[in-house]
Amino acid sequence: MKWTRRDLLKGLGGLPILGAVWWAGAISATSNKKERLEILEQLNIRPSLPPTVPEIGGEPVRVGIIGFGIRGEQLCRSLGFATPAWMEEMKLATEEDPNNHQLEDFLKQDKLNVKLVGICDVFDVRAENFIDAFTTPENPIKRYNTYKEMIQSGEVDAVVIATPDHWHAPMSIEALNHNVHVYVEKPMTHTVQETYRLRTAAENSKAIFAVGHQHRQTLSFSTARDIVEKGTLGHVSLIQTNTNRNDDNGAWNYDIHEKASPETIDWEQFLGSAPAVPFNKNHFFRWRKWWAYGSGLSGDLLTHDYDRLNCVLNMGIPTSVSASGGIYTHNDGRNVPDVIQVNMEFPNFSTGSSQTKGKEKGMTFCYSATLGNGFNRPTILMGHDATMELGNKLSVWPDGASTRYADMMENEKMRPGVPIYQYDPAANVPDAISSATSQYFADKGLMWTYIDGVRVDSTFLHMREWLSVIKNGGKVSCGINEGFDEAISAHMAGLSWKLGRKIEWDAETETLKPIEGIDFDQVLLGNENWEMTNKDVVIGL
Amino acid sequence: MVNSRNTGKVNLAVTFLRILIGWHFLYEGVIKLYNPEWTSFGYLATAQGPLKPFFSILIGESVIGWVDTLNIIALLVVGATFLLGFWERFGAIVGIGLLALYYLAHPPFPWLQQLKVEGNYWFVNKNLIELIGCILIFYHPTGHFFGLGHLKKGEHLKIEQS
Repeated sequence: MKWTRRDLLKGLGGLPILGAVWWAGAISATSNKKERLEILEQLNIRPSLPPTVPEIGGEPVRVGIIGFGIRGEQLCRSLGFATPAWMEEMKLATEEDPNNHQLEDFLKQDKLNVKLVGICDVFDVRAENFIDAFTTPENPIKRYNTYKEMIQSGEVDAVVIATPDHWHAPMSIEALNHNVHVYVEKPMTHTVQETYRLRTAAENSKAIFAVGHQHRQTLSFSTARDIVEKGTLGHVSLIQTNTNRNDDNGAWNYDIHEKASPETIDWEQFLGSAPAVPFNKNHFFRWRKWWAYGSGLSGDLLTHDYDRLNCVLNMGIPTSVSASGGIYTHNDGRNVPDVIQVNMEFPNFSTGSSQTKGKEKGMTFCYSATLGNGFNRPTILMGHDATMELGNKLSVWPDGASTRYADMMENEKMRPGVPIYQYDPAANVPDAISSATSQYFADKGLMWTYIDGVRVDSTFLHMREWLSVIKNGGKVSCGINEGFDEAISAHMAGLSWKLGRKIEWDAETETLKPIEGIDFDQVLLGNENWEMTNKDVVIGL
Repeated sequence: MVNSRNTGKVNLAVTFLRILIGWHFLYEGVIKLYNPEWTSFGYLATAQGPLKPFFSILIGESVIGWVDTLNIIALLVVGATFLLGFWERFGAIVGIGLLALYYLAHPPFPWLQQLKVEGNYWFVNKNLIELIGCILIFYHPTGHFFGLGHLKKGEHLKIEQS
């Protein structure tokens, strides 16, 4: 066989093309990887590992639930107990949308060593639902008429408090005084004075006290802490965090149960320390809309954002707070604002500096909220060297004028518009999220975290941590000190909005700087237009 | 399509098509090969259309590793056979299979939401066109014209004579 040069050219011509394409692909892939590794090495950020807790061994923890409303039910599911009605609802939801994994996630959740032993709810329907759902011949569940009876019964080791805000502190204090462990929803307290009383009770109690800021378990936040501690962002001068919701549920207009009546609801007990007003279903089911029972945006949603950042930065209570806003989107008889802007000043706080010593110090935390628009404004930490977007995902972009990255920027190893770090543990997990409000919480990293690509309910992790500390000792990630910071900061925001002036904190004496002629708690609890509000609502029913 | 007058031109055009498709496949395969973090998980997990349940099976924990490896091998096979002009009909079948899967994972049907696409498509997209290109290469192999096939015993002589 004889081949001419032309034959060889035609026969082997593909080889150099193949070689060239292969070479180009390999170079491109490896140089991209090298560049990325170089940046990552320089940043030295380590994604956080899932929290591990010592086993909850021995006898099951006997848990009593106080309040079995929307949040109470969710907390029970995190403890491993779902009502048959919810299971049925989720089964249908999964049939409708196979991407809805709520039921599957619940069934896969590890079992916690707990026993539900008692329920206390002033609404008969809820208490009966609880008993019907969870009582078994070997574990009959007892209904207690008051939280005091439950706490003092000696039959309950721990209580989960998911009531309106004005009940959080009295119930927590009662439990702590009896050495009963407490898991209380946020905000930790309803008034300033209660916050001190609760702190004293927690310090003097043998029981473990935890505040329900479950996002402290979210891995992206612990990774964010690592990012900030390593000086990746430089000096953070401004934090922007937001609430953007535009639906009835998000504006706390929850469903009113058809069986609600003065016969089925212990109205007097619900009111507690709140002003004595006639029975009102609207107040009962939608209590978040009135200062008498709730704390509006500052207590309900700002607390999430504040504690999310306090867990990343540990910045503590602001030196001063000014807030403004109004009732602009849901003028339906409520007296808490539905639009609020809160500026918290931290003049002595710094996340570190890459510039001349002393040039940078101080930070403003700006919370901006509306219940009349759902456009997603992310949480942003703005540093001299980089910007971080913080949620269930994390992204870090270098700043064009950064000092720390000036060299890398000049060598075009970094570019201002290109993230230098991204953490998205859920990138490959398709999720179906049922409502706008759930989406809001999920984006903020408040609903679940991802461990090895598997979605895990962060409330489950938070409660597991609490139970483990009960059994094994140790420290909960959101205890009395974190709760104290959260409650005082939220109250400062509420007070500032109500008074229309700046509220200041004296860190040395740990007190609010007094304003002449003003009793802060009276202001906080005050219900302007209360009479009119109540009348309107009654007519509205 | 092919008569004696334009055989050469058609051969040339199809050869070009073969080289370009091979180039495209090989580059995709090599990029994935050298990037150990790459996975088709996201692409398959967001699959839509009638074969969605099938693609969901592929993202199973025990399966996804194999799916990724096979995808890279298949891309490299199509790339190498097309560029080298050797076993290109086999390569074309692999290419048709791959492209059919890509097309069906994210079909450009108007009633489906188009995810992460850079253009606008109505039933027809680039995957489908490239697939038809592979069919043409299958029916009109050109390895004997440009490629290792040309060096096969007698092939070059046949072409010389024709």
